[in-house]
Amino acid sequence: MADTMQFDLVSPEKSLASLQVTEVHIPGTEGDLTAMADHAPLITTIRPGILKVLGGGETLEFAVTGGFAEVSAGATSVLAEQAVPASEMTQELLAALVTEAGEARDSATESSRDTADKRLNDLIAMGAQLGLSA
Amino acid sequence: MPNLKDLKNRIGSVKNTRKITKAMQMVAAAKLRRAQEAAEAGRPYADRMNAVLGGLAASVGGSDSAPKLLSGTGADQVHLLVVMTSERGLCGGFNSTIVKLARAHAQKLQAAGKTVKMLTVGKKGREQLKRDFESVMIDHVDLSEVKKLGYANAHDIAKDVLSRFDGGEFDVATIFYNRFQSVISQIPTASQIIPASFEDASGEEATLYDYEPEEEAILADLLPRGVATQIFAALLENGASEQGARMSAMDNATRNAGDMIDKLTIQYNRSRQAVITNELIEIISGAEAL
Repeated sequence: MADTMQFDLVSPEKSLASLQVTEVHIPGTEGDLTAMADHAPLITTIRPGILKVLGGGETLEFAVTGGFAEVSAGATSVLAEQAVPASEMTQELLAALVTEAGEARDSATESSRDTADKRLNDLIAMGAQLGLSA
Repeated sequence: MPNLKDLKNRIGSVKNTRKITKAMQMVAAAKLRRAQEAAEAGRPYADRMNAVLGGLAASVGGSDSAPKLLSGTGADQVHLLVVMTSERGLCGGFNSTIVKLARAHAQKLQAAGKTVKMLTVGKKGREQLKRDFESVMIDHVDLSEVKKLGYANAHDIAKDVLSRFDGGEFDVATIFYNRFQSVISQIPTASQIIPASFEDASGEEATLYDYEPEEEAILADLLPRGVATQIFAALLENGASEQGARMSAMDNATRNAGDMIDKLTIQYNRSRQAVITNELIEIISGAEAL
């Protein structure tokens, strides 16, 4: 059994990471999950949160704002709407995202209110994890 | 025959024009490289997105509960044309080819009794289309302030288009842009974004995925992103095409200016010689008369 797999993180504008990894922690919409090599094929949407990648003795962290992840036996790829290395996530960037999410919630219709609410809370939780306040 | 002074001025002004077109060509070349890199960097995302959506669409497609973005509203009466052009001119036939395609498309639809609505991106196309279609233009996206195209720009356009779709303003949306083939060839392309159509790319490897949440929920979440991605890809292609078109147009202009300078220089030298000959004749005949 292979103990590493290919990991790709791409955003619409560029590819942020492409490397061999042992495990990936994904903040899925329905709960966090860890993908390792030979995981059953899975596609899940992701919520705003921290994406953690372990491979080659080092750990990479990315703040992602949504998108989806595709897991198959030999590869995991995350298509993020917006992603930045966690160390580059700044207070201002987070504040901008939170404001945007807040506005989206305020203008949301009855049916999309829950989703917008959840997104806002997820963003704030992500900020807390990084030690930033929203 | 123009006198010497005029010719000299003319040569000077054409030389200045050549300097400008040459500079524009070089600027376009530098921008083209960056635009091409951007287009290439965006490709993996778009490809993957399309593959996943294609797979999802194939498995959900037939059911009645499929999202409207995929199955359409069931009607085909109101068409939205999103026409993407450049913000600046001097780029050869770049804008005209898109406008021509969009105009033909719109006229065909109108002749078939459909309602056409138009959303323009970029100033140049709007100016050209205004004459025939001003009454059906619903909005205009101004990108002239944007230095570097980002996903955010596409996201905003997509949001606008999607909210109109949700509001029932149209049934079918098509985008018009120039696909970048090479520096000398850009292909005006129309592609339908709503209802979404996917090329069947899932043929070779049909991995069975688990979906979390349910397939339909994922699809409902991803389709709007798919639309934004397609718009973004089109914007990037268009950006690269614009620079390519400008580069070759300016290359032509530089060459033409060079030819013109050569011709004018010959004319200038001939008239200069003629003037000298004339003066000599005058002097000689003057001397003979003495």
